[in-house]
Amino acid sequence: MTPVASDAAGQRGAPPPTALRRRIAGLDPRLVQIAFLAALLGTGVLTRDFSLRIEQMAACFAAGLATQAIGVHALGLRRVGYLSALVTCFGLSVLLRADSLWVHPLAAAVCLSAKFVLRVNGKHLFNPTNLGVVLALAVLPGAWVSPGQWGSDLAIACWAVALGGIVARRARRLDIGLAFLGFYLLELALRVAWLGQSWNVFLHQLQSGALILFAFFMISDPMTIPSRGAARVVFAAGVALLAFVWQYVLYIPNALIWSLFLCAPLVPLLDRLLPGEMYTWRAR
Amino acid sequence: MNRNHALGALAAAALALPAANAAAFCGFYVGKADAALFNDASKVVMVRDGERTVINMLNDYQGELSEFAMVVPVPHVLNKEDVKTPFRALFDRIDAYSAPRLAEYYDPDPCHPVPAAEMKMSAGRMASNATSDLRAREEHGVTVEAQYTVGPYDIVILGAEQSDGLETWLHENGYRIPRGASKALAPYIRQQMKFFVARVNLDAHAKSGERFLAPLQFSFRSEKFMLPIRLGMINARGPQDLVLWVLTKKGRVEATNYRTVKLPANVEIPPYIKVDATHTFGAFYKALFDEQAKREQHRVVFTEYFWNMAWCDPCAANPLSAQELANLGADWVRGDTRRGAPVLVTRLHVRYTPETFPEDLAFQETADRQNWQTRYVLRHPAKVDLDKCVNTESAQRYLARLSERKEREVQTLASLTGWDIHGIRSRAGVEGTDLSPLARLWRWLQGTPTQNIAK
Repeated sequence: MTPVASDAAGQRGAPPPTALRRRIAGLDPRLVQIAFLAALLGTGVLTRDFSLRIEQMAACFAAGLATQAIGVHALGLRRVGYLSALVTCFGLSVLLRADSLWVHPLAAAVCLSAKFVLRVNGKHLFNPTNLGVVLALAVLPGAWVSPGQWGSDLAIACWAVALGGIVARRARRLDIGLAFLGFYLLELALRVAWLGQSWNVFLHQLQSGALILFAFFMISDPMTIPSRGAARVVFAAGVALLAFVWQYVLYIPNALIWSLFLCAPLVPLLDRLLPGEMYTWRAR
Repeated sequence: MNRNHALGALAAAALALPAANAAAFCGFYVGKADAALFNDASKVVMVRDGERTVINMLNDYQGELSEFAMVVPVPHVLNKEDVKTPFRALFDRIDAYSAPRLAEYYDPDPCHPVPAAEMKMSAGRMASNATSDLRAREEHGVTVEAQYTVGPYDIVILGAEQSDGLETWLHENGYRIPRGASKALAPYIRQQMKFFVARVNLDAHAKSGERFLAPLQFSFRSEKFMLPIRLGMINARGPQDLVLWVLTKKGRVEATNYRTVKLPANVEIPPYIKVDATHTFGAFYKALFDEQAKREQHRVVFTEYFWNMAWCDPCAANPLSAQELANLGADWVRGDTRRGAPVLVTRLHVRYTPETFPEDLAFQETADRQNWQTRYVLRHPAKVDLDKCVNTESAQRYLARLSERKEREVQTLASLTGWDIHGIRSRAGVEGTDLSPLARLWRWLQGTPTQNIAK
């Protein structure tokens, strides 16, 4: 079957959307993200050694939502709710580990405040979860990220759900996540081939929960990536390349998180060179 | 930038001939379950301070000494002063200090209430000399970068261009290397690593009068924090065990490319474990580890201990002295382990197969400073004589709680070890009760088999 035939068939024969499908299509994609992250957090805390305390989570959500409330109120913003802040709090809880009670709330408060302060051309510069994790790693004592904590079975489940989400076309602008995965996995595959390692090594590297979470929930945040499609692909390639060098040439941990953080200032530049329409969360 | 250095990795997988079954099993310890329980376990003590890395490897090789050969990839050429043979006893010391432990408590007499029970550590413990045969210095693309004798070992450091060339060179020079080694060697050659190759100098070993081979220690600098285990898997039959102690300054060490899991610990188990002839503490811990490793399908790295070396509570053995730590390579300690930068020890235990661990182990030092240990608790019930009791009501409440606790201990033991619950019940002298549906659901969610619990 050729793509042309398939497209033509799709245009002619597509069934009219049912009421249920229309309703699902009208949902804010962040609700889907929240559901996914909540399921991941629940599974991790119950069945994995996540070493995350309930108090840490509670403090993280309390501080994050309070910061959002203050920010929205202070700037007099309308039509800005709490979904993004919830996504950030879930993301921080899933990723960040600490041996004290104050690291999570502090990271949540700082990264959500930065969203209101560090803005270029009406877009915030850093993905809040990414910024929170980087700040905690770099500045706060007793904070770390455990990239190996997922285990291959949970990672495989994440692949299924994340790819399922794309098929259902729930989160728009996932193209950047896929482009990133394309570049990064290509680099990993080339390395395995160059070293003459078994392809099981590549499969093992694919089974990284941290990689999937990064591709589908961090780099794909539509508010902190270039507005035009071509610029997003360039950005994804840059993040993938820096992450690879960070991990496999410099051998420093948490390559994905650092790479996105360091590449974020390129977004305003790419938006200037390749302007595009800014994203809004609410489905029209 | 020095390319060797930039790409250099670390070292440690022995490509020793598969050791004939090590007969290191020299009896159980009542109070601790040390690595000797796991017969074929490789034991490695690693020190990591910035890029400085020291690796101590203990060899339980029991075959013909003339056939012993070990190949370890290292990031750069090691000089003679980088290689040492530390005392074998250091491994026993660090093993004893960090071993899973049994703590013992006595219930206070409910008839005569007294201050909280005093904690007490369960008591006793039972205790072809060939350097001259090397062919041309460069053959099959292999370069002999350095060559020296340390203790009972003749050591060469090799650089290689092709893995099959290296395999051929090793065979031609009389090293007994498993067939098919070249495929496993190739990735290290690609990364421009060198190979540390040791064999036993029979004369030197005979003169030393030692029964066992001395451990090997080598130091180098590398930005890679990892341990190559893949070379040791070439001839692997079934799962292999590695017990790894990592000494660091800042925090707990965990794997970055595999899940790191704390073993179930700090639970109460039936007190009969202390005196039973077959269900000893050693047997309990071995069964627990076997069961947990199987449940995780040999895909995880287990943490057995993480503690600041300046103290312990309860102590399975005294902490290592500053001198002992320095001998292992943690030379930032001077005089007293309680002063200056601490020495934190993470004890990891991995049971791996070639399929479940396709990559070498990579690590990171986390910021986690929470001490943690695999400690199991025995609580001896108080002897209650209701006829002579002053406070009968409190004694009756105690007895009711005691029977619940005994049942809980039995179920914990069965679930941790996979032992038959009926056998445990009869040994512990506990009548059986079934689990509630909610408890069964919880155990099912946690992946614990329920059928042998509530049969």
